[in-house]
Amino acid sequence: MKRDLRTGLIAIVVMTVFLGLVYPLAITGISQVVFPGNADGSLVKVDGRVVGSKLIGQEFKGGAYFHSRPSATGYSGNVTFFGNVAPNSVGAREEVREYMKEYLQLEKPFDKSLSSEDVPVDAVTHSASGVDPHISQANARIQAHRIAAVRKLPLAQVEDLISAHTDGRSLGLLGEPGVNVLELNLALDKEAPVE
Amino acid sequence: MLQGWIQIAVFVAVLVALIKPVGIYMARVFTNQRVFLSPVVGPIERLAYRVLRVRPDAEGQDWKAYARSVIVFSLFSWLALYLILRTQGIQPFNPEGFHSGPWDLSFNTASSFVTNTNWQYYGGETTLTYFAQMAGLTVQNFVSAAVGIAVVVALIRGIVARSGRELGNFWQDLVRILLYVLVPISIVGALFLVSQGVIQNLSDTSLVHTLSGGTQLIGQGPVASQEAIKELGTNGGGFFNVNSSFPLENPSGLTNFVEMLLILIVPASLTYAYGRMVGSQRQGWAIFSAMFALFVVGVVVVYMAEQHGTVAQHAAGLHTHAFDGSTGGNMEGKEQRFGVAGSSLWTAVTTVTSCGAVNAAFESLTGLGQAVPFANLSFSEVVFGGVGTGLYSMLLYVLLAVFIGGLMVGRTPEYLGKKIQAREIKLVSLGVLVTPLAVLLSSGIASATELGKRSLYAGVNPQGFSETLYAYLSQANNNGSALAGYTGFIQPNAPGNAGAYGISFADLLGGAVMVGARFLPILFVLGVAGALAGKKASPAGLGTMRTDNPTFVFLLIGIVILVGALTFFPALLLGPVVQSLTTRLF
Repeated sequence: MKRDLRTGLIAIVVMTVFLGLVYPLAITGISQVVFPGNADGSLVKVDGRVVGSKLIGQEFKGGAYFHSRPSATGYSGNVTFFGNVAPNSVGAREEVREYMKEYLQLEKPFDKSLSSEDVPVDAVTHSASGVDPHISQANARIQAHRIAAVRKLPLAQVEDLISAHTDGRSLGLLGEPGVNVLELNLALDKEAPVE
Repeated sequence: MLQGWIQIAVFVAVLVALIKPVGIYMARVFTNQRVFLSPVVGPIERLAYRVLRVRPDAEGQDWKAYARSVIVFSLFSWLALYLILRTQGIQPFNPEGFHSGPWDLSFNTASSFVTNTNWQYYGGETTLTYFAQMAGLTVQNFVSAAVGIAVVVALIRGIVARSGRELGNFWQDLVRILLYVLVPISIVGALFLVSQGVIQNLSDTSLVHTLSGGTQLIGQGPVASQEAIKELGTNGGGFFNVNSSFPLENPSGLTNFVEMLLILIVPASLTYAYGRMVGSQRQGWAIFSAMFALFVVGVVVVYMAEQHGTVAQHAAGLHTHAFDGSTGGNMEGKEQRFGVAGSSLWTAVTTVTSCGAVNAAFESLTGLGQAVPFANLSFSEVVFGGVGTGLYSMLLYVLLAVFIGGLMVGRTPEYLGKKIQAREIKLVSLGVLVTPLAVLLSSGIASATELGKRSLYAGVNPQGFSETLYAYLSQANNNGSALAGYTGFIQPNAPGNAGAYGISFADLLGGAVMVGARFLPILFVLGVAGALAGKKASPAGLGTMRTDNPTFVFLLIGIVILVGALTFFPALLLGPVVQSLTTRLF
């Protein structure tokens, strides 16, 4: 028993040092040298100012930007939690209704044929992280009508930009395609800035 | 949906292809043979024995000595982690100046990580210093996983041993499992994850100025180094509160795929290592087949349920069918880059194993989608299960199946030539029943008294009952996933711990359940190992019931379902079953 106590004590101290400090700090060191941008959160700079992370969705307001998916956390990147909307809850029904109404109100003036049947599910449901960087391609194509009108661009040009900023499935196979909203909006600002 | 099925099929194919090489490698590690890493790791291993002052080959332990070492080591682990969680104010790597959380929460968290549960009442990024994440949680991610594997290795040695009472040396097993299996894979895994966009730094939270003229804070930290072992060790505690759904923990379809592989690779390959160690690969495949069948059924059900969408979404007039450019389905609490298929597969993977990391919000799964995690936990985590824990729990069910099967056909129950007698079967029964008992007692108390109500998010309705039942199912099975509305911690001024307080009832009961349901079964398992170790094996004859053919696989599946269903079906009726059968809203 005494030997167990001694060995156990040494073991947890040694393992704390090696697995808890040496290992993560070594990984940090290597990552910072080999993958500096990734390791620091894939931050995006415009004119020397950090405007976001390409992996973290942010809130876009107004008619001139593509909008991210609804967030239960106010698009917080440092205080995260799930929306925890239950599948059979009255609250969930009301929330989806509300999001659909807002979505149609915003987009329908620019796409008269749009009806509630066309609303893609991702546009009216909370993402898991609250900061989903992507929207579905269908969602982006609907919003494209508004963007084209507000920014006075041909629809085809906006759709080309959507394609250019769509992250396909990894290796053409894994996951689902998504349109990176921040990168797309940055590209819009570059090509057709709003005065 | 076809695309989703293809992704799932590819995942399963890659997993099955990896089982043999990884299984062979692990079997060699467990039996103290040379492996390709020996030239590099060997010197470190020998140094470790000198530092720990153990002479492994000279010091075989019987089951009691082995169990004593497991308990002593885990006790020190618990104390070290609790100490770290209570001293956050004086720690380095604390750019945001966090203080310690409340004592009851720390009790829960320490119990959670030492038992490989990683149940989280706290939010990582808003309560813990980077020091605590690294020196506290990351360390336990490694060692609690290693303890689980060590116990199953000891059990296998007991099954194999023809004479003597020794099960090996715990300290040697601990060192070898860490140095040859968990650490090397974690290093490679962590660096791969960083290369794909997972963060790894010690910086303060980043402030960014958004395009719409607002500001956004983005959490930072040493994430990848914890992410890799969190999956590999079937731990599951997220660096961030939303776990592997957070893009900085899991940025793409590829990382999602790799993280799922990391979760399953050790538990699945252990069945191959088992076959090799007992000298019959068919025995390993038989166990694998039973696990695999239950896993596949779970995946199919959860994917179809999630693709259907929820009752509330349909009631709101949302069309949840797939069309060009949209996956359709229940995307509430899911990420676009994983889609319904990637989230559904993950949900099955993380609940058949005792991982508990999530990439979607379980609370927002459909009624039937939720039933799959419930069912997987009701099987006491034997479908692959946790690293080590899954196989040793399944082996208890194997012995039970041998016993029941033997009685049914009137033959002496034997497993691999060893008679299964009263002592073994008593210990097996205790080992099988202690976890369900802990679940039903604790969730019963929490549901029936006012004490449990404070933790509810959904209120007093089927979903609220599901929250409670799942909380104790998850903690007792050392899984750690949650219907995350359920809470044991109130944090009004996040981030930091100012003004935060724990819900003592939930924290203490949960902590006690995790510890009890981890270590009591370990004692019973080692007891079984000890009882089997001394037994002579008789050669298989015409009267021996075979344990490596399809008949036995069906029997084993039947026993697992029978025990799980009989124990939990009444409780499951009140929550997920109600919600999957009704179109009523609550």
